[in-house]
Amino acid sequence: MTTIDNGVNVKALLDAREVLKGAPEAAQFTWRASSKWEKGVRSTTTIEKFFGLGQEQTHKNETTFSSDHPEVFAAEDQGITPIEYLLVGLAGCLTAGVASVAQNRGIQLRSVESTVEGNHDIRGILGADSDVRNGYNDIKVTFNIDADASKEEIEALVAQSQKRSAVYDALTNPTSVTVEVA
Amino acid sequence: MERFTTVVVGAGHAGLAASHFLTARSIDHVVLERGEVANSWRRERWDSLRLLTPNWLSRLPGFAYAGPDPDGYMTSGEVAGFIADFAAVSGAPVRGHSAVTSVRRSDDGYLVSAGGGDVSCRSVVLASGACNVPVVPALSGFIPPEVRQLTPFDYRGPASVEGDKRVLVVGASATGVQIAAELQRSGRQVTLAVGEHVRMPRLHHGKDVLWWMDASGVWDQSYQEVDDLDRARRLPSPQLVGTPSRDTLDLNTLTGLGVELVGRLATVRDGIALFSGGLRNVCSLADLKMKRLLAGFDQWGGVAEKTDIEPTRVPANARWKLDLGSGEISTIIWATGFRPDYSWLDVPVVDEKGRLRHEGGVVDSPGLYALGLPVLRRRRSTFISGIEDDARAVVGHLAAELGVDAPAAASQTG
Ligand SMILES: Cc1cc2nc3c(=O)[nH]c(=O)nc-3n(C[C@H](O)[C@H](O)[C@H](O)COP(=O)(O)OP(=O)(O)OC[C@H]3O[C@@H](n4cnc5c(N)ncnc54)[C@H](O)[C@@H]3O)c2cc1C
Repeated sequence: MTTIDNGVNVKALLDAREVLKGAPEAAQFTWRASSKWEKGVRSTTTIEKFFGLGQEQTHKNETTFSSDHPEVFAAEDQGITPIEYLLVGLAGCLTAGVASVAQNRGIQLRSVESTVEGNHDIRGILGADSDVRNGYNDIKVTFNIDADASKEEIEALVAQSQKRSAVYDALTNPTSVTVEVA
Repeated sequence: MERFTTVVVGAGHAGLAASHFLTARSIDHVVLERGEVANSWRRERWDSLRLLTPNWLSRLPGFAYAGPDPDGYMTSGEVAGFIADFAAVSGAPVRGHSAVTSVRRSDDGYLVSAGGGDVSCRSVVLASGACNVPVVPALSGFIPPEVRQLTPFDYRGPASVEGDKRVLVVGASATGVQIAAELQRSGRQVTLAVGEHVRMPRLHHGKDVLWWMDASGVWDQSYQEVDDLDRARRLPSPQLVGTPSRDTLDLNTLTGLGVELVGRLATVRDGIALFSGGLRNVCSLADLKMKRLLAGFDQWGGVAEKTDIEPTRVPANARWKLDLGSGEISTIIWATGFRPDYSWLDVPVVDEKGRLRHEGGVVDSPGLYALGLPVLRRRRSTFISGIEDDARAVVGHLAAELGVDAPAAASQTG
């Protein structure tokens, strides 16, 4: 087999899987974000530290995200809408999955592009109709992948990436959420 | 105290196959059975159940189906009869109504407590079955009391489901799809919660799909060659049913009957069942895997002719919640798998997930062996046709450890 390189260190991931099988404590991660209200419906959220492998960890750089709402919502649009961040997370997670699975299966990728569309009936959040939910009604992801592989192998990559995706799971399955006032 | 060289726990086909090879090696033994021979086929199957493996695959050491319909599928009663005949032919020393309540280590082997009294022995073969207890997920504790919950052990047929309200069947393995189809055909409305599943057509190029499994060697893949053994051992049973008309029973069949498909039951919150939004992907995965399996068969058989199987029709907007308190459904059937029961095994060989620690049936305690578990030694291990090789190998190891290496010259059953 010719060596292929999608830039994913699959060996490190597979090694980690073996190690963590016997060390479930080390596999417990906590991801953290800190948010601050700016003005109106705008806020800034920063992410820098997380917990994992039994200790505090720090990203190379702190990242700041602005969330706001578009002008059609009578806001200033100084950042994307919070619910759009879910699309960012989903696309990022599925794409990482495609690259990793492809690397593991010896498939060379040339390009992976996707569009993510979330259909949202905003009557829910506006309280205009109590039968309409607040969140997305459905989400559609369309991948365009150019790779040294058959159509079926590419479909299998995308399916496997969903199967192992954290964000896909978080969106398709309910999660218990606790919100408290400190 | 009574003493045997070997005690076999369970007189299903696995324990009886062990007995066959023990007898062939003149190793004195007893088979302790809590009920009767083939107890699980007599008491733990629903009324309409037929094997999903064709008759010609019902083969045990020195004994095989010899009836007029090799392509048919036995009813539970016929399987019980078939296994009882095997027990008779091989002269298995079965002691019925003798439930084993404890197995523990002794100085030179094991002490087995059973209905009839204590027995000591040098080695034990655990053949008590892989499907003793239906698995029911913890979230069943959050189901409102007015909804009745049944396991496949409670289900005998549509009459086991009271009333005429909708029934939620959870799980789409062989058990789940068979029960869903039977209930829907009986006039009930069924919602089926579908997680990861194994799709297969009943026939491939006119032959039973299990003929391909058998002949191509897929089923003979050894546990040492399987990529992800843990996963292979947890694989749900294939969506197959044995009917005289050899019909396929996949999700499309069920949709055609009017069964409603929803995603995996993810949780129950405030009396509302929430289903996963990942239904489309579990169906894609199953379709892709089926295609790969069939393509592998074609390649093995040199068949150029393509088969064209319709992809699973996934509802555009499967519902993701169902209010269990609304009165819409009256019954939930948990078709969420089975597990073995080792509560009587007082030897520390069961891991934190309740699985026996063994290497190809050689359990992690000298003189202790197992048979009849998923992918014990090969992919076909849990199936009736898988026991011969497994039992031969396991009893071979047992005999070598005892120092009685050579098989007796003449096997009783030829
Ligand atoms: C619903 C269902 C359908 C299946 N369909 C097929 C099929 O179509 N084709 C196929 O090849 N396989 C099929 N199988 C798989 C397999 O063949 C059966 O599970 C079969 O019963 C396994 O045989 P066994 O001897 O390992 O265990 P069992 O048949 O379960 O036998 C174990 C025996 O041990 C006894 N026992 C258990 N605990 C004790 C104790 N403490 N003391 C004394 N005795 C005890 C039990 O009473 C039982 O008689 C099916 C399994 C299930 C659950």
